[in-house]
Order: sequence, then structure tokens, then C-alpha cells
Amino acid sequence: MVNPRVPGVGLTHFGEHPERTGRDMFAEAGLAALDDAGVSPADLEALYYGNFMGEMAEHQGHEAPMMAEAIGAPEVAATRLESACASAGTAVRQAVQSVRHGEADVVLAGGAERMTNIGTAGATEALSIAADDLYEVQEGMTFPGAYALMARAYFEQYGGGREDLAEIAVKNHDNALPNEYAQLRKEISVESALSAPMVAEPLGLFDACPITDGAAAVVITSEDYAAANDLDTTVGIVGTGQGGDKLALQDRQYLARTPAAERAAEEAYADAGIGPDDVDFAEVHDCFTIAEVLAIEALGFFEEGEGITAAAEGATRRDGDLPINLSGGLKAKGHPVGATGAAQIAELTKLLRGDHARSDAVPDATTALAHNAGGTVASTTVHVLEVRQ
Amino acid sequence: MSEFERARDGAYDDLLDAIEDGEGYYLECGNGHGWLPPRRICPDCGSRDLTEEPLPDAGEIETYTVIQVAAPNFAEDTPYVTALADFGPVRVTGMMNDVDPETVDTGDVVGLTVGERVTTGDRMLAFEPR
Repeated sequence: MVNPRVPGVGLTHFGEHPERTGRDMFAEAGLAALDDAGVSPADLEALYYGNFMGEMAEHQGHEAPMMAEAIGAPEVAATRLESACASAGTAVRQAVQSVRHGEADVVLAGGAERMTNIGTAGATEALSIAADDLYEVQEGMTFPGAYALMARAYFEQYGGGREDLAEIAVKNHDNALPNEYAQLRKEISVESALSAPMVAEPLGLFDACPITDGAAAVVITSEDYAAANDLDTTVGIVGTGQGGDKLALQDRQYLARTPAAERAAEEAYADAGIGPDDVDFAEVHDCFTIAEVLAIEALGFFEEGEGITAAAEGATRRDGDLPINLSGGLKAKGHPVGATGAAQIAELTKLLRGDHARSDAVPDATTALAHNAGGTVASTTVHVLEVRQ
Repeated sequence: MSEFERARDGAYDDLLDAIEDGEGYYLECGNGHGWLPPRRICPDCGSRDLTEEPLPDAGEIETYTVIQVAAPNFAEDTPYVTALADFGPVRVTGMMNDVDPETVDTGDVVGLTVGERVTTGDRMLAFEPR
């Protein structure tokens, strides 16, 4: 198996940038990734671009050629992938598969999302379309509401409560403090999290990721191309997996488990020839605090019902055995939904290379994992990254 | 937009009509997997032999949420409760009709009805206490 390398990554600042167009943000992130790699836009063979709500937020469809043009590669084969919040995860996967199959040697994968220009109410409506319109959205389900249903189901089945979730928010905010790309660089306390206004009970404002504008991109090349062009081959993607589930929560077997992520993880671990115990640290899809719990259980890091206390007990903190979301996660770094899956790869690459603000937390790490989930985990990608010592 | 009447959503609106007439139903395959329409194949076992069965009169709330922050087209409904209820072979999502959110709990027994969204007047699946 030919394992692709990740010679360059790029991010915009994640935050409230309502005046920034998607094309401008993706141009910044894409060119940053190409410059980081030392690859010319003219050399790209494909662009895989993730975006979820361009039609609703910017009245813009057909974004792939526009984004290729924005990074100076107007003639490249450009494809947009939409899988809700896992859009960029699927873009990365397409890039990995394309390089592995030998159909391309140098590709760009990434994504962008403009969200704050339509306000909290507009973004709430746009995000809700990731759910089943007839059997969920018409019945009042919102994106936070869906995770609230899962959180209550988890509490009923396994125990735990809002205090445990607050510990996750506190951890991820603390991780984001030195991350110059992060949206929420402020310390919070369990008390302040618990006293924040309710969004969808039992989830409050501090259980939710913010609404974010931003873009991310990663250059993915074959080993041979990287060697021939003297690119940095320190970090590679050695495992990829994708799993699915029924769209609506009502039609799923489990309300407090995420089998799509279990399937994606199983495939990625087998692909990489590793198991969950081999992972040194991970970026997981914590769009809500409960989502981090569901993720670390689905990935096999914790038994069912035990992920809820992982942050409180320290295991997933920066100085714990398995640091989770050293970037700040979606919770504090921000969540421009169509960019997040690529942003996770960008953060992990820098953490492994040693040029991330939190690299000091994982000096001897060799293996990292990215978990990117769409909707209420009806689609999930998992990628395993390695660093070449 | 307004000169066009909103098209019916096929089997979804047919189901709401049937529930309004007191004849709610779901689709079931030979292995007892239940779904709301439309379905041409059971997503669990692949059976294409699906039959309409009468919806059980009562279900039990498995989980619920009190929505405080809603999309604009639900703004006048907040706060409201959206719940998942177990009707045996089929699980259903619905909004709680005319209920004090403080009084809702898991395990509550509910029936399925058709409710109306305050903000827009649209129909939807709704629960009422049984």
C-alpha cells in the first residue's frame, strides 16, 4: 500500500468574519497549504472541496470550480463534497484514495464555510437541514436539539450529567488558549458552563461549538512525488475509514452510540494495521460536548458508558494518557462545518511535526487520529496519521 | 414564490391525513422492523415485502429536549419539546402538543397526533399525553 504524505497544511483564522466570502477564505487556506508544501497551484491534479451550506449562506452553488480558480488552478479537476459537518473529511478521504490508486500524485483537499453572515437564527436553520426534513426538522428538531436527545438518552442509559459535559468544555477551551487560529481563546470554569443559558435542554450554550467562518486545506501527495520534489514527508496518512448510518435518529438502533463512527474506526484501524491502544492523541468531532463522549467510545478509547468521565478524571486532558482535541476542538477552535475535517488533519499534522502551539504536550507521539462526523453521526470519516521519526 | 401552492410531500402528507382520520399506520417487514413511509425496502434486512400496519395507540417517550433556540420558522413556538417515542416496532419523532416543558419526562405515555406549528401554521407529527 502506498501511503500518501501530507507535505503542507493551511488554515484561516476561525472566528466571526461575516464579511469574508467563502472564496476569499478558501484562497487563503489553500494557498497557505500549497506554500507550506512548496507546491505550485499549476502542479495540482485534483481539488476535493468540502462545503455544506453555500447555497443557504452565500447563494452559491457550483463552488468547486470557483474554489479551484481562487487558488490559481482554474483548470484542475475540482469536485465539491457535501456530507454535512463531515464534508471535508470525505474530501480528505477522496484525496487519499485518489493518490493511493495512482490516479493522481498531488492533490489538495479542504473546505470552507461562511456562517456568521446569516446570524444565529439563520445558521440554526441552515444546520438543521443535515437532519431528516420531514420526520425531524418539521417536528422542531434543531442541530443542538438532536444532540440533546442523544445526551439525555446517554444519561438515561449510562449515567453522568451536565457537570461531566462541562469538564469537556473546560478542557477544550483550555487547549485552545495558545492556538492563534482558534475562535474562543478564553478560559472557562465548570460553574460558568453550568450557568450559561440553555440552548436545547440538557445542553447549554457552553456545550455547543460556536458558529464559525473559516477554511482549511491540506496537500496530499504520493510518496514518490514528495521524494522527487523534495517535499516534507514527515507526516503521512496511513489509514482511512468511512461509515454510515440511517439519517434520522428515530430509525437508528442506538440513541447513545454512534455505529457509523465505529465502522469508520474499524476500517481505518485495519487499514493502518493498528488498534485504538496505538493512538497517542486525537482530534474528534465535538460539535457538542456529548459528541466527544460518543466519539471516544466509538473509537474504542473507552468502554461504553465510560467516556463521560474521561475529561473529569483527566485521561483526555493535555497531560493525560490520551489527549483529545489539543487544538481546542470544534468547541473552542470553532466549527466552519465544511472545513472542519480538513482542519483536523491540519492541526494533527502540525502537532506531529512539532510546530503547533500544543506540540509540547505530545513530544514523543507517533500516531494520531482524526474523527469527523456528519449530522447526528449518520456519516463519519476516520483518518490515522503517522509521523516518520 | 407565493403564487405557487406548496406541493404535498407524498407519503408524509398521506400519513398525516391518515393520523388526522384516526387511522395512523406504519410500514413493517416480515422481520418486524417498522418504519414511517415512504419505504420501498427495509433498511435493516433488505425485505421488499412491506405492509401497512395500524400504529399502536400509545408510545413511551425515550428521550426529549426542550428547545430554547430555534430556527426563525419556529421562533414563536419556543420553548417547545421535541421527543422520540417508542411505539413498539417503530420509533417516532414528534413535538409535544400544548404541554408545560417542566412536566415532560422519559417514560411518559403519549399518543401520536397531528399538530400545528404556531409560527407558520404548518402541520407536523405531534404527541399528546395518554
